[in-house]
Amino acid sequence: MRKIERKDIEHIAKLAELDFSDGELEKFTVQLDRILDHVARISKVDTEKILPTSHVIEIKNVFRDDIVKKSIPKEDALKNAPEVSDGGFKVPKID
Amino acid sequence: MSKKYESVIGLETHIELSTNTKMFCGCKLSFGEESNVHTCPVCLGHPGSLPVVNKKAIEYAIKIALAVNCKIREYTIFHRKNYFYPDQAKNYQISQYDLPLGVGGYLDVDMGDYVRRVGITRVHMEEDTGKLLHTGRTGRISESVASIVDFNRGGTPLIEIVTEPDIKSPEEAKEYLIRLRNLILYRGVSNCNMEEGSLRCDANISVKKVGEERIGTKTEIKNLNSFKFLQKGLQYEIERQTNLLESGGKVIQQTRHYDNNTNMTKVLRSKEEAHDYRYFPEPDLVPMHIESKVVDEVRCTIGELPAEKAERFEKEYNLPKYDSSFLSNDKKVARYFEDCCKLYSNAKNISNWIMGDFSALLNKEGIDINDSKIKPANLASMLKIIDGGKINSKIAKSVFEEMFKTGESPQVIIEKMGLEQISDGGLLEDIIEEIIKENPGTVKQYKNGKKKAIGFLIGRVMARTKGKANPKMVNEIMTKKLK
Ligand SMILES: [Zn+2]
Repeated sequence: MRKIERKDIEHIAKLAELDFSDGELEKFTVQLDRILDHVARISKVDTEKILPTSHVIEIKNVFRDDIVKKSIPKEDALKNAPEVSDGGFKVPKID
Repeated sequence: MSKKYESVIGLETHIELSTNTKMFCGCKLSFGEESNVHTCPVCLGHPGSLPVVNKKAIEYAIKIALAVNCKIREYTIFHRKNYFYPDQAKNYQISQYDLPLGVGGYLDVDMGDYVRRVGITRVHMEEDTGKLLHTGRTGRISESVASIVDFNRGGTPLIEIVTEPDIKSPEEAKEYLIRLRNLILYRGVSNCNMEEGSLRCDANISVKKVGEERIGTKTEIKNLNSFKFLQKGLQYEIERQTNLLESGGKVIQQTRHYDNNTNMTKVLRSKEEAHDYRYFPEPDLVPMHIESKVVDEVRCTIGELPAEKAERFEKEYNLPKYDSSFLSNDKKVARYFEDCCKLYSNAKNISNWIMGDFSALLNKEGIDINDSKIKPANLASMLKIIDGGKINSKIAKSVFEEMFKTGESPQVIIEKMGLEQISDGGLLEDIIEEIIKENPGTVKQYKNGKKKAIGFLIGRVMARTKGKANPKMVNEIMTKKLK
């Protein structure tokens, strides 16, 4: 049985704001299903005595002091804007 | 609301911390500045940039979690909350998910007749979003409608406090928020300014038949950003849901927006899929182990709390319970009161003025006691002047109002307005004799045993002296003259 259905791919695509053609949807359903199959092998490992890991590096508590650093110039900040208007990033209105 | 139904309310409150810098980068926190001047690759979500946690923000977050009696988790991590909306440049918000900083707390809300204990599910840390300004609403259909994003606010340290559905009425919700705000203001970790958005509140609400075990379908109301809107929005929503159920309808789970112009809630476009945030541990940040030693250190830096202060006021200044709790509720009022006490010894007199005329004027103007033109020294002088008999308490009201308006000292005002009390026995005697002559009828009534008639005659004396006569002396002289 498939672990993932076409409707799951449609859902994820919608969340990620991606448009796929019918052919792509079919192709990704098959590909993602295979990936999930592959990853599922991990669940066979005995993790009884292993604590959950949220980070691969064994360090903790990395903090910085609350000291103001210089921000970048506004012109630089806006360089990546798709469009600039009124000194801000202009984006399509989303309700 | 029909008595057949009861409401079940839970609140989610967001509080912007007043640190110097953002949660994960050194950009300065600002309000009302030119757009996009406080940004950097981290808070703009540029690839390759790395967030680093602001230590002060953690300390402040612990203070808030302790304020609502939460247990501080020893092991806590950040997650990514994924969603597509242009208020975040990264397309995710760094937040906390299943391992929040604080869990299992409560807040006791004093409702006068009873105390409502509101359970606190969690206190977690996250970053604020950028600000969207919607443009193009000129009314012309051809005009394209767009949003402008300002990322100055993006990345501001934000604390979310989530309650259990323990709140039973809009009034309780309002009192809860007032209490929470006071506690946080006391700790000096946020300015909790609702107009500027540094304290924001959303509510989950459902209604059910009285006695029914099962909780009804809830709606979420956004934009309840003042105590009044919180109460009114909830009232409206309770009524809407009750009417719906009464007429055989069903409440639909949805997010609604409170419109303070119409005092109604309106459904926001349904985005049922948007709630799939696909949380996963933030790989750019390492876990935090908050040792109990650190929590104890933070606990030590927390000053006197409102309840402790109230108890001290009761003992130290010999004040009634009501006065003590009134004065200690707001840290600024408490400080003002104590500043006055250093200059004038009758604490109850100070308390009466602060709770009475002063509060009324402050409320009317909508300002804080600190922003008032009346300084503690001037209030203390005025009270000394009253005690010295130079003005009576009625005239003092006018002096106080003038002090509130101009900030001048009571001495200057009394002189300028000619308000000094008339305590010249000879002068008062002349005036009293005049009044007695002018009112033979009343004098006769008095002499025939209607003792109350003296009040009218004293009133005439006060009117003639424009309220400046020393009332005690007038009473004495009048009684003597009428014998
Ligand atoms: Zn930044």
